[in-house]
Amino acid sequence: MKLNRCVWLLAATLAIGACGAENESSQSGAARQAEQLSGNLAGAGASSQDAAMQAWIAGFGAEHPEVTLSYDPVGSGGGREQFVAGGTAFGGTDSHLADEELTGAQERCQGADNLIEIPVYISPIAIIYNLEGVENLQLSPETLAKIFKQEIKRWDDPAIAADNPGATLPGERITPVNRSDESGTTENFQEYLAAVVPDVWDFEVSGDWPVKGGESAQGTSGVVDAVKAGKGTIGYADASQAGDLGVAAIKVGEEYVGPTPEAAAKILESSLQTDDPGARVFTYELARDTTESGTYPIVLVSYLMACTQYDTPEETALVKAFVGYVISPEGQQAAAQNAGSAPLSDALRAKLVDALQ
Amino acid sequence: MTALGDRLFSGLATAAGVLILATLAGVAGFLVLEAWPAITADAPGLAKYIWPLAFGTVVAAAIAVVIAVPMAIAVALFISHIAPPRVAQPLSYLIDLLAAIPSVIYGLWGIAVLGPASVGLQRWLEEHLGFLPFFAGPASATGRTMLVAGVVLAVMILPIITAVARSVFVQTPRRLQEGAQALGATRWEMIRMTVLPFGRSAIISASMLGLGRALGETMAVAIVLSVSGAVTLNLIGSGNPSTIAAHIALDFPESSGPAVNALIAAGLVLFAVTLAVNMAARAVINRQLRI
Repeated sequence: MKLNRCVWLLAATLAIGACGAENESSQSGAARQAEQLSGNLAGAGASSQDAAMQAWIAGFGAEHPEVTLSYDPVGSGGGREQFVAGGTAFGGTDSHLADEELTGAQERCQGADNLIEIPVYISPIAIIYNLEGVENLQLSPETLAKIFKQEIKRWDDPAIAADNPGATLPGERITPVNRSDESGTTENFQEYLAAVVPDVWDFEVSGDWPVKGGESAQGTSGVVDAVKAGKGTIGYADASQAGDLGVAAIKVGEEYVGPTPEAAAKILESSLQTDDPGARVFTYELARDTTESGTYPIVLVSYLMACTQYDTPEETALVKAFVGYVISPEGQQAAAQNAGSAPLSDALRAKLVDALQ
Repeated sequence: MTALGDRLFSGLATAAGVLILATLAGVAGFLVLEAWPAITADAPGLAKYIWPLAFGTVVAAAIAVVIAVPMAIAVALFISHIAPPRVAQPLSYLIDLLAAIPSVIYGLWGIAVLGPASVGLQRWLEEHLGFLPFFAGPASATGRTMLVAGVVLAVMILPIITAVARSVFVQTPRRLQEGAQALGATRWEMIRMTVLPFGRSAIISASMLGLGRALGETMAVAIVLSVSGAVTLNLIGSGNPSTIAAHIALDFPESSGPAVNALIAAGLVLFAVTLAVNMAARAVINRQLRI
């Protein structure tokens, strides 16, 4: 008898979920279905936020065991493409929607104000180094660019000494380490250099490293390992992966700032929001050349794309709950723990929560 | 009954042989077909793209062969003619065991142990032998250099060269060896006058087989080598040309469209080079068999 009812329920609620053991009576079962979220959501996009996304999927799944979420880290371009085409319910991207993709996404969500695009993953990129006897390296943007352009070749160069008054710098050779694969970390680091010291960093910015002859390594872990293994090495990597390596403070305005989560999250406050393409789109032109005190400008910001309305009310509710969880303090904390990202500032979160109501 | 068994056996054996040939032809066909768009689109550009990779492949393999061949011959002679049987047998098993270690492990060993440990030596080479183009420097700070990649490859190809050389050395006709000793030759003279000439073509073909493996080795090089694409003779620097196999392995996942065709064209070059090396080795072995 119980089994029969179960099967009947299964047929009736196939669209929104599976038959659970708690469906003892059809009445209370149906009532619970209304508030208990269930179903499948698929997303795809930037691999940078994959670790954070896994934390969100795990955290959200713990609260809503009937929900199955998946995220395919195909890359930002693929994520935007699939979201616009309607293949995925949500997507992740490192660079925000623009031009045709933006109009396509607005059409997909049936209205400009129905498109959600919000920063969810902010990761500071640390300048890591391995140099005996130098604890708190400080670098101005120009020195940093010249080091990575291999124009400054030794650690006791006057330019580095000028940035580090009082420090004893060894005469060691500098070995800059870069990513050998195409990566968003490389692109964001280069965007920073090109924005702040365009005279020195006169390369075309892309995900590929432009300078030949340096030490190169595969992936973030490869760069970290290479910096660790060498003497006098310097590289760039997600701050969460820096481990016990030295981390340089970068000159912003008149002070030197390290890649703390707070300093990284702050860049969105001094950055200009892009021309308003909709009430629920919060995308930024990052102010890499900011002089705002306490802001760390070498960051990677990744966005979440979703709609406010879907074909079924269940899916709409599900996406809304998931987006709410991602920007909630718990969600951001989970990402910080799992992926080392910088949690959204309270001011920004309040703005986002308001808009998503 | 016997006739049926014979027919069955010969049919199966023929099928296996034909299958191998068909596979080889299929691979060659696939490479040519997929590489064709890249070749026709921009042949000079493609050549410029593949040249550093081919150069890196040859340099890494050459270092490996230069180091591994003398060492393998010495080990093979030790096993076949010098060591007492009690030592020789376990030693030859141990050498064979080297071949059983996966190349990923060799790569990790190269990047975690050999590379860092050789930084001092490479600095020394730069200081004292810096006048040679190979050691011009600046020496790498991490040891992830062409020289280290070559040494790792040398260890990897050592077993096959040793095994082939040893199996021929032990077949040196006893009468020749005893004749040499009867004429008053010392052990070294006997080896030099009988074993080495007898095994010469075996040494050559074994080296070619080793070279073939070194040319195609992917994982170890991909892990060890620090690559930035420049063609240079400097073996101890950070900016090395990649090898074809390692480049394909590292770049394929992120490639699409024409880039894939270019990668496959690079693979075609590697296929041709490896095939030529292996056929040369076989030709030398065949000549040996006819004598």
